[in-house]
Amino acid sequence: MPDVTHSLTAAHQLAYTYKRSLGPVLGRFFTGLRDKQIHGVRRADGKVFVPPREYDPETGDAMEEMVAVADAGVVVSWAWVKEPRPSQPLAKPFAYALIRLDDADTPLLHAVDAGSEAAMSTGMRVKARWIDEPAGAITDIACFEPG
Amino acid sequence: MRDVAVVAFTQAKSVRAERDLNETEILIPVIHDIKRGAGLETKDIDFVCSGSSDYLAGQSFAFVSGLDAIGAWPPVSESHVEMDGAWALYEAWVKIQTGHADTALVYGFGKPSMGDLSRTLALQLDPYCVVPLWPDAVSVAALQARLCLEGGVLSEREMAEVAVRDRGKGKSNPYAQVTGDFDVDALLAEPTFVSPLRRHDCSPISDGASAMIIAAGDRARDLAERPAWIRGLEHIVEPQDLGIRDLTTSRSTQIAADRAAVGKDKIDVAEVCGPFTHQSILVERALGLGESVDVNPSGGALSAHPLMAAGLTRIGEASKRIWDGSADRAVAHATSGPCLQQNLVCVLEGA
Amino acid sequence: MSESEERKPVEVLRTPVVLDYTYSAGQSSSRHLRAFGKGKLLGQRCPVDGRVYFPSRGSCPQHGVPIEGEPVELPDRGTIVTYSVNRVPSENIDLELPYAAIQVLLDGADTILFHVLGESSIDDVHMGMRVEAVWKPEEEWDDSVANIRYFRPTGEPDTPFDQYKEHI
Repeated sequence: MPDVTHSLTAAHQLAYTYKRSLGPVLGRFFTGLRDKQIHGVRRADGKVFVPPREYDPETGDAMEEMVAVADAGVVVSWAWVKEPRPSQPLAKPFAYALIRLDDADTPLLHAVDAGSEAAMSTGMRVKARWIDEPAGAITDIACFEPG
Repeated sequence: MRDVAVVAFTQAKSVRAERDLNETEILIPVIHDIKRGAGLETKDIDFVCSGSSDYLAGQSFAFVSGLDAIGAWPPVSESHVEMDGAWALYEAWVKIQTGHADTALVYGFGKPSMGDLSRTLALQLDPYCVVPLWPDAVSVAALQARLCLEGGVLSEREMAEVAVRDRGKGKSNPYAQVTGDFDVDALLAEPTFVSPLRRHDCSPISDGASAMIIAAGDRARDLAERPAWIRGLEHIVEPQDLGIRDLTTSRSTQIAADRAAVGKDKIDVAEVCGPFTHQSILVERALGLGESVDVNPSGGALSAHPLMAAGLTRIGEASKRIWDGSADRAVAHATSGPCLQQNLVCVLEGA
Repeated sequence: MSESEERKPVEVLRTPVVLDYTYSAGQSSSRHLRAFGKGKLLGQRCPVDGRVYFPSRGSCPQHGVPIEGEPVELPDRGTIVTYSVNRVPSENIDLELPYAAIQVLLDGADTILFHVLGESSIDDVHMGMRVEAVWKPEEEWDDSVANIRYFRPTGEPDTPFDQYKEHI
């Protein structure tokens, strides 16, 4: 390559709002969130998936039996975010966590507002903090908090 | 099955941010050098396949500009995967197996410095329940690391040892980006980055590209003195939902390794694509590597991680050890997706 | 929201995705665009067959070889090789509708430039028509292809089809 000079640069923003059709299983899940309720889907053997999946990951069979689960549970794993990025759930340091809700068998990924890393531990109990006007989105749960 | 071998490989030096060249200009010398080195022109190559990501570039069909580096008039037989170049290699290998090609040029390229990579990678996750929370790639890997650490699967010391090993070996790789002599205890004394991960647990963000030529049978023998024969090649995927998978093991790597018959004979060299130290350990175990295996002589992904090319580069680096006779049998690994979701295993032999 | 609307099940999820990038034009396009900022049109020659690319993107897309030679300065006039009539307004084009979007083969170039035709009726535009660039006032120039506002007819005799048929 001949002499390299500084390249011209330009800012570019890619912005698009995706509209996703939900179908019966996820539709029920998000409708539930709007009512501050969390639903999972129960497989024939009793295992409850939260968030619900339309199909059994092991057999591919359809799963349709929706069941309400608690909006509280235990932290299965967590990552402490010291410097949150724009559009992450909290603007101050927080944890992303895998949370197994009571009555559920698979963990859900969400945020935990624990105040400090020292207040976080695997196995701790957390409960959902709902936003005031839920609209049918995972962000209807602002985050989870100890308790 | 047709005998197919890796006969040529080139790469760009990985850098944190290539400010002055665009993606195509990073690729142009790589493609030019590999064709010149192999003594091939575009017309001599039956099939071209590339791997890259439009989201890294921020525009749809961004990979098409890469064709300017190939020379595509008269038109060429070409394909693209929105995956690491290692999966482009898989497609090219299948193409040759079908008998529709004897030679193929494969390349992968990426310039993640154009955007915020860790944020962009959130788009790999479930778009309904996870993407709206924008978990960055390091946080997602940290969730997996803690499961492994607290589950007693591995230790922070073992993780630091991987960083020391790879970045030490990377010193002899002129294309690597983050290399040097580090001390395990000193690394463990560093503060966490996204707890439980420390900086040294994370691969660097790299702009880069690599390219490979594969050929069948006698064509391969014409093009290389000691071709690196692909004796096993398989890729396996796990579901997207992190809550469904066992994140403390790499089942998909294990299955791919079984099908590629990694354990059939002694392995001399392994090139493992572990974007995070704990992932490298999980993969090494899933591959069933013995004590005597030289792991990541190139420095691995922890020394340079040009996304969309890093997996192909592992296969290229393993091939180099076959060509120079320092290995008779090597295994290379590529990964894609969060927490080792998809894994490709390639076994290379000198005979 | 009325009560009945509230009870409707949620059927659609809206997920905004906003990603910020910083693009580098790269060596070839930077040289090309900076030349525009000086009122110059720079192409580059393929080392294999001598074809002049305008703009050059650093490699010959036909032969797949790097283009590294000295740039070739081109005149700001050429021939319309094809065109379309546009009746859809665009915020980037300040011409009255309808206008012709044209592909111009600059004299001495082997690739075509996309632009628009001004100072002409769409009834007059045709293949082979000779055109020249109309530049913005110099004080408004930027490192941009938009320094040329549009092309306009020169009134010269048409270029015969045979002379540009390879470039359509």
